[in-house]
Amino acid sequence: MIRLDQVSKSFKDTAAVKSVFFEVNEGENLILLGTSGCGKTTTLKMINRLIEPDEGKVTINGKNVANENPEILRRGIGYVMQNNGLFPHYTIGENIATVPQLLKWDKNKTQERTTELLSKLHLPADCISLFPHELSGGQQQRVGLARALVADPSVLLMDEPFGALDNVTRASIRKEFKALEELKRKTIVMVTHDVQEAFELADRICLMDKGEIIQIGTPQELLYHPINDFVNNFMESERITLEFKITTLKDLWNKLPDEQSSNAKTVDQQLSIWDTLNYFRSGVDKISFADDSGRQKSIDINTLNSAFISYQNLQQHG
Amino acid sequence: MDEPQQNLWQFMSEQSDKLLNQTFQHLGLTFISLFLAVAIGLPLGILIARKRKLSGSVLAVAGILQTIPSIALLGFMIPLLGIGAKPAIVALLIYALLPIIRNTYTGIVGISSEVKEAAKAMGMSEMQILLKVELPIAMPVILAGIRTATVINVGVATLASYIAAGGLGEFIFGGISLNNTNMILAGAIPAALLAIILDALLAVIQKMDFKKFRKFLYAFPIVFLILGAFYLLPKAYGSSLTAGFTPEFMGRQDGDLGLKKEYGLKIHTIVISDAVMYKAAYEKKLDVISGYSTDGRLKAFDLTILKDDKGIFPPYYAAPIVRESSLKKFPDLESVLNLLSGKITDSIMTDLNYRTDYLKQTPERVAKDFLIKNDLYKSPRGGKNGVIRIGSKIFGEQYILAEMYRMLIQGNTDYDVATKTGLGGTKICFDALTNDQIDFYPEYTGTGLLVLLKPDPKIFKSITHDKDSTYQYVSKQFSEQFKIKWLKPIGFNNSYALMMRRKQSKDLAVISITTLQQYLDKN
Repeated sequence: MIRLDQVSKSFKDTAAVKSVFFEVNEGENLILLGTSGCGKTTTLKMINRLIEPDEGKVTINGKNVANENPEILRRGIGYVMQNNGLFPHYTIGENIATVPQLLKWDKNKTQERTTELLSKLHLPADCISLFPHELSGGQQQRVGLARALVADPSVLLMDEPFGALDNVTRASIRKEFKALEELKRKTIVMVTHDVQEAFELADRICLMDKGEIIQIGTPQELLYHPINDFVNNFMESERITLEFKITTLKDLWNKLPDEQSSNAKTVDQQLSIWDTLNYFRSGVDKISFADDSGRQKSIDINTLNSAFISYQNLQQHG
Repeated sequence: MDEPQQNLWQFMSEQSDKLLNQTFQHLGLTFISLFLAVAIGLPLGILIARKRKLSGSVLAVAGILQTIPSIALLGFMIPLLGIGAKPAIVALLIYALLPIIRNTYTGIVGISSEVKEAAKAMGMSEMQILLKVELPIAMPVILAGIRTATVINVGVATLASYIAAGGLGEFIFGGISLNNTNMILAGAIPAALLAIILDALLAVIQKMDFKKFRKFLYAFPIVFLILGAFYLLPKAYGSSLTAGFTPEFMGRQDGDLGLKKEYGLKIHTIVISDAVMYKAAYEKKLDVISGYSTDGRLKAFDLTILKDDKGIFPPYYAAPIVRESSLKKFPDLESVLNLLSGKITDSIMTDLNYRTDYLKQTPERVAKDFLIKNDLYKSPRGGKNGVIRIGSKIFGEQYILAEMYRMLIQGNTDYDVATKTGLGGTKICFDALTNDQIDFYPEYTGTGLLVLLKPDPKIFKSITHDKDSTYQYVSKQFSEQFKIKWLKPIGFNNSYALMMRRKQSKDLAVISITTLQQYLDKN
């Protein structure tokens, strides 16, 4: 759906992005990960032409963006930024209605869509007439997301969308973000420097350094098959957490014994090991879940542990 | 102290027509220039916010323009734009530019780059970003600039009366020249009130809610234009010739009032400063002016004096007037000052004035040349026996006289001299003398009589026919009332006179004030 073809960009004499190539499939969530100054934001901004590449071409749905009117192009691409970038002189309602206004939508349609988004994003309906500075940081960021989603663009670009929030707010918004139905259909390119965030939200991760792509792949691929030490070191300090977070019960199905228990808590097979462990910690003894064909398995903390260890061995060596 | 207050009120109600007219002119000047300044400054501010490289030089130029003294700026304008509304509006416009450009620039540059990027990323065009995001967010800052400019303009617009552009300055400067406190206050109080009220109004607008404000914004230029249009309203009268009189002349019995009363002269009159009047007449911007009979520019600009056939201009013999206390303190002073007595005739004075006004020689050089020629010059003794403070009014002749007295005192006595020249008008000069800020200055018998003593018309008539009786009268009254002594007259009579271009006077066969009045009645 989105394709960057040998795209390069220099600022004065410094090369910010060097011959970057990647493709993002429809509905996929690609995360550009890297330290600051690695070129990830520049790469992102070349997709909606906030920055024009020196070389190479960017296509969306097969169309070269360089041939399109940049304003029209941007109105069709959602954009969320780190410090929300809300217009201080517009109310929340007016902020959200920015793109519909540019697209000359009917007022009622805008109104309906705004109300819908506010409720989906857990924002109070009466905040519509408030000004951005009257909301909390987390709420402002949700408004920023609503503004990007209002015209239902098929592509969403996000530049460190949770970067300015405190850790608690950040975790809860991330959770909501994951659960948001509206986002599941969208092709998303997101920039972050937070490894956990990347692993939690990404379908694929594109790890960058000094303007170049070092490795691009699923979280599992990066974690278990890093192509070099740089990739390995990048994740090293958080490896255990990441492993628990990206592995789901479904992944462990084959390693778990066929046990059934009647008084177990039922969960979804997509639940991460991290979250499953949290259940056990909070006092649950047994957890049961079903696979795609409806077969049930029940586990306790010991069976989970041994299954996870043998899964890890398989990933690393098999 | 109730009486003067009442008098002010009386003066204001008597002159309410003029006052209203001047207030409207003042508002008009302020807002026309403000409107133009916004029309120029706002786009310029936006431009330099876009092209930051230009900002340094543009702001520097606007800043330099702002530092030019207002009177000087008005002076620069005359050769380019003549006199009247045009140069005044341009000068005010120049003063208003800096705050408007600077605040527009600062307002726009101060917007966070994230907000600008968000606007761009949402798909706004450059113009939409400017109109929907940058200008609305910068508006409180821009308005603060307009507010500053408004207050500056209300103040500077008082000076517009110097170049015949009207406004409340006519009363203020007329009052200063005429020693008429009520007249000064009648101009100064409304001017101050205008500044305060406009400032407060703009402060309210500045703090207004963004939303109400957006609609109000469109009304803004319209309001400015309407207020500006005030200026154009009171311009209905006219005559075939145009007179330019100084504010002082306008309010004097031996000036405009006498011309109306004794001659029945009805002429379209504008008020203008002495500094630019002669040139304006020469350049045919004016036809009749109220000059001084010994003014050097009479010769320089080839003007001719209209004969005062009904004798309304009393004699103006110049003589130094000195504090009696100073004469005691400096016993040698009187005899030194009298060295000049009888030495300068009308034609000599006109010639001396011509050298400074037209040949641009310094008053110092003119004074020295004259003293040397008349064997009066002696090298300064470098005296340390006390300091004598000489005052002078703000025109060339007074500078020359002050210089001559300085050289005479320094050459003939052991006193040192401090000159306080360029005191703006009779009242300021005279107040400086009575308040012991200066020891003496050259004054004219007619001025002493009319501006300072203000005798009733009977006495006035009885003494003004003859130069000696005028001198006797003022000298006696000054001694009794103010403890100030009139020394011996210097010799020349620098009286008021109506003047025209020599050629025009010939062409129209207007040689006296009576023939001027007859000509005006016919045409």
